[in-house]
This record gives sequence, structure tokens and C-alpha cells, in this order.
Amino acid sequence: MTTPPSAPSIAGSGPLISIRAVRKTFGGVPAVTDLSLDLRAGEFFALLGPSGCGKTTLLRMIAGFEEPDAGQILLDGRDIAHDPPYRRPVNMMFQSYALFPHMSVGENIAFGLKREGLARAEIASRVAEMLRLGRLEGFEGRKPHQLSGGQRQRVALARALARRPRVLLLDEPLAALDKQLREDTQFELKDVQRRLGLTFVIVTHDQDEAMSLADRIGVMQAGRLAQVGPPEAIYERPANRYVAGFVGDINLFDAEVTGGGAAVVQVSVPMLGHVLPINSAVAFPAGTAVFLAVRPETIAFLSPNETADCIVEGRVSAVSYLGNSRHYRVVTASGGMIRVALANGASGSAPAVGAAVRLGFSARAAVLVRD
Amino acid sequence: MAGPGRRGWLVRLPPMVWLGVFYLVPFLIVAKIALSQQAARRPPYRPVFDLSAGWSAFVESLSELSFLSFETVFSDDLLWGAYLNSVMIAAISTLAALVIGLMIAVPMARAPRRWQPVLVMLVVLPLLTSFLIRAYAWIAILKPEGLLNAALLHLGVISEPLAILNTDTAVVIGIVYSYLPFMVLPLYASLEKFDTSVLEAAADLGARPAAVFFLVTLPMIRPAVLAGCGLVFIPAVGEFIVPDLLGGSDTLMVGRVVWNTFFADRDWPLASAMAIILLGVILVPLLARLSRSARP
Repeated sequence: MTTPPSAPSIAGSGPLISIRAVRKTFGGVPAVTDLSLDLRAGEFFALLGPSGCGKTTLLRMIAGFEEPDAGQILLDGRDIAHDPPYRRPVNMMFQSYALFPHMSVGENIAFGLKREGLARAEIASRVAEMLRLGRLEGFEGRKPHQLSGGQRQRVALARALARRPRVLLLDEPLAALDKQLREDTQFELKDVQRRLGLTFVIVTHDQDEAMSLADRIGVMQAGRLAQVGPPEAIYERPANRYVAGFVGDINLFDAEVTGGGAAVVQVSVPMLGHVLPINSAVAFPAGTAVFLAVRPETIAFLSPNETADCIVEGRVSAVSYLGNSRHYRVVTASGGMIRVALANGASGSAPAVGAAVRLGFSARAAVLVRD
Repeated sequence: MAGPGRRGWLVRLPPMVWLGVFYLVPFLIVAKIALSQQAARRPPYRPVFDLSAGWSAFVESLSELSFLSFETVFSDDLLWGAYLNSVMIAAISTLAALVIGLMIAVPMARAPRRWQPVLVMLVVLPLLTSFLIRAYAWIAILKPEGLLNAALLHLGVISEPLAILNTDTAVVIGIVYSYLPFMVLPLYASLEKFDTSVLEAAADLGARPAAVFFLVTLPMIRPAVLAGCGLVFIPAVGEFIVPDLLGGSDTLMVGRVVWNTFFADRDWPLASAMAIILLGVILVPLLARLSRSARP
């Protein structure tokens, strides 16, 4: 890194937030381990991972509620890692919303603006703007307990946005909403972020939420970032077995690299009884034990005269109907289990339980991942 | 089977019987004595209701009742001064107990979970010893050659002993010390349930620690603050032991005046009237508060 710590970066160039080798331990247990991450201005970034992976700790360090044991958090090139929360141009939306129960909706939204010492008229106009943004007009006099869950969520968002933060941090913002409302709110959140051009960092354990909201996802594993990239890259080219397994359904087959060059490697997959040429960005030396990862929706049931790069025969052991798709479990002759997802309405046969089937997938649909 | 309405009535019965037997009946007796006249006999007031003398004698004796004792209280500046002084000392003590109580309850609620039962126990512990002995012990601390003065003289903070004992200050110290647990416990109970993310949200929105406390913490624990203040203020107004032991001869507090009137002057009607007025002094603001909180 060549940016001097004190020089603010020019907007549009360098990262807005640069997290450098940040470490945090709670009573000897590491929560975040030497984590580095750059966040760009205007992006919607999702920290994805199971509970206990350190994603919330990382978010709380950006907000200022936890102090890193080591490392820097640069905002516009200035290290804010040890600033108290009330001095950071960053706001957070809490999972519990953390609305002030003794204040009305309007007072909740105005709270941060009053702390800035803005003029009364300016506060009033910004509160009105935020009420509009949160579709809360007419509710400014209500207390939080007089609102529905969805309305409370929008008050929390409006309150956090009122100060026009450089970065908005969202800690599982939709976890308390029921499924239907959650999907609607996802679109609203994305829409607000795009309209305001703000940088959002969301923490979630829900891969669908991360995929549908974020421009980039950081998958966290035991205090480290396992992979950072756009949703497509995370889904289609997972960096390791953990990411492949965490994001979406996947079939993982034990495989061994038998040869090949930098772009295409030969792998033998005992369970499938094949040696396959697989595109790989990583050059694996021969003899490396890897996993062949194949998404269920890239596997097709073949008709007798159809062919594919890899063909496996088996018997359908279970089918579950999910409305827009059917999920199959197919047991192969060698006793392995392969998951297949078939979109409903797609052409082709829909085999029943017990049916003997031929499965086929393209070598291009498969990815090699390490443990 | 008994219906829910009938069972509800049964549930309400014990507290009503209790209140009736131990509060309402004694109050009526005191009220009757307050309306009687002082008399040099046993009991030292008249009339004495004697139902065996017949109905007409009872009605006859009713005409002897009057508001004379109440008039005496209202016209005596010294007695009024005692009320005013009691309310003032109680108010100052309550405020001091609130400040000290918050300084104890806030760190208590933030202490590690496993320590909290121990801390609660430590707050309650003094209550297990006699109130009288605890108040008495303050004499040894506050007297001119007592522990406090010895320590301050030794440290060179003062050059001659402070006269604290037998002043209003000593009374305030004694009351604050004696009733502090009743302030700390409701405050702690309320702070302990507190959702700390609300405090984080306030800090996140730019509030410094002092602003977080006064704008968020304090308003949110308001019911506990009011409860604690009530639990200290109400007994403090009528407090007798602490002013008697630690106060000076000029420390005029109602509890003490009632005691003197009752036992030294043997003026039971006047003492009863003063006790009832004291009840009014406490009850009026309390009822005002209750009727306000009953409003939606």
C-alpha cells in the first residue's frame, strides 16, 4: 500500500474503507484474524458467514463498538480504528433496530442530527426527507411500540441514514421480518442504496440475501475472509470447499489431479469413474487431492441417445417438489449420492422415485476446489 | 366449579383483609384520636367511645369531637417549620441517594453476569443488621473526635475537627446511608434488563457518554428512578431514629416532634393530627403521580 495514512484519497480512486491486518481476540479466542479488506465507495458489500465466523465483530470494529487488537481501519486514508463511535462518519442499523422507546419516530430520526448541532430548520427538513424515504409520513408522532415490525425496520434505516454517513453498516437488518416482508424489503434496501449512492456494508448469514443485495460478497470463515468477489464469482467459482458448501447447494466429489497444464487439468474422479479435463485458474500439480464441485442445476437427465462430458448412471432415491423446481437425489452404482435440481417447466422428462436415470454434465460446469 | 369471576374475588380477598385489619382500622383509630381532646386521664383523651353505655351516649360523645388539634398544627409556625424541614431534608437525601445509587447501580448492571448476584447481596447485606445499630455507628464516625475527623486531620485536609454530628448534614448522611439499598435495587433491576444496543445506537448517532446517559439511559429507567425516590423519600420524611441520634437539638423533623408530643407532652390528639397531616404531605404528590400515570 502506497497511500500515506494521513492523506485523504481522492473520491473515485482508492478504497473508501481499507481494513488492514485487523485482529480481534475475546478472552483468548480469536474472532477476527489478520483480516484485510478494501471497500469501494458506493458499493453494496455483504459479509456472509455462519454465526461465530467473526462477521459481526468486523462490523462492530468499523462502527467503533469494538477496538481491534492490531491493524488499521482507514477511512479516506485516516486510521479510525481507535476513534469512539460518536466521532465516526459511519452509522449502523442494528439487528434489534435499537430504537429509543421513549422517543417518537420523528425524535428518533432527529436524534443524530441534534447531536451534530444542526439548525432547527435543517433538522426539520432532513427528518421530513427521511420520513419520505422510509414511507413513514404521518407516523412521526408515534412511539416505536405503536409500529409494526416493518415500520420499525424503516425507522431504524431512516435514523441511521439521517446523518448522511459515509458508510452505512447493517447488522442482519432483515432477520426480524417474516419471509414475504423480507423479500420486499430487500428490494427497497437495494433501491435506497442505489438512489443515495451510499456505501452499504451488510452482515448476514443468509446466502440468498447476500446474493440478491450485494455487489460484492466477502465469505467469512473462522475469522478470515475465505473469498471476496461478486456473487457470480462466489457461486460459480468458489475458492474452496467451505465457500462452495456454504453458498448454495453443491455436489462435491473426491478427485485427484492426474496431469495437465495451467488452464486445463486432468482429474480422475473415482466415484464417477471418469478422467475429466477441467478448466482451472489454479495450476494444481499432479497428485493433488481436490474436490470436483458441480452445482445441482448444471446436471441434466439424459435421454438414451444424448451425450455429455461426464455421464453417470444411477437410480432416483428421492424427489422434493419446491414449486419452481424439483430437487432429486440420485444414488449411483458405486453408492455415491448426487443432487440434481431441475427447473419446473423445463423441457425433458421428470423421472420418478426408483427410476433408472443417466445423468450428464459439462466439464465447463464443474469447478475444482481445495479443502 | 367456581367461575373465573368468583375465583378472582377470592384472590383479591387476602390483601383486602390484610389492608383492612392492619391499615384501615388503625388509621380510623388514629383519626378518631386526632379529633378528640387531650385529657388528664387514661387513655389521655376524650371522648372514649363506650358502646355499652347505649346509643344515645355514643351520639352524645360524637359531639365532643372537633378539629381543634388540626387547627393547632396549622396555626403553629414551629410545627409548620418541622414539616418544611422534614420535606427539605428528605428531598436532599433522596437526591443524594439517587446520585449515589446511580453510581452504584450502573457499574453493577455492567459487571460480569456471574458477579451480579454477589453485588446484589452486598447491597442488601447492611439491611440484615439492626437499623438502630447502623444509625448509631455513624455517631462514632461523625463525632468531633470520630473516625472521619481523625482521618481528615491525619491527611491534613482540615486543621480542626468539623462539627458534623448533631447537624442537618449528619441527618442527611444517616438517611442516605440507611435507605440507599432501596434506591439501588430498583435502579439495578431496571438497568440490568436494559438492551445495551440502544446505548450503542445513541453513541453511533453522535452522542457522547454524558448525552447517552441523560438522553437515553435516564429517560428509559424513569419508572425505576421514581420508584427508588419514593422508597427513600416517603420513610425519610417521617424518619425518627436518624434525626434523634445524629441530628442536633435544633434539627426539627416531624417524626421527632410527633414522638415528643406523644410521649413527652402526652398530647395524643395533637400527635395523631400531626401524623395524619404527614400522611397527607406524602400522599398528595403520590396520588397526583398515580392519577397521571393512570392516564393513557
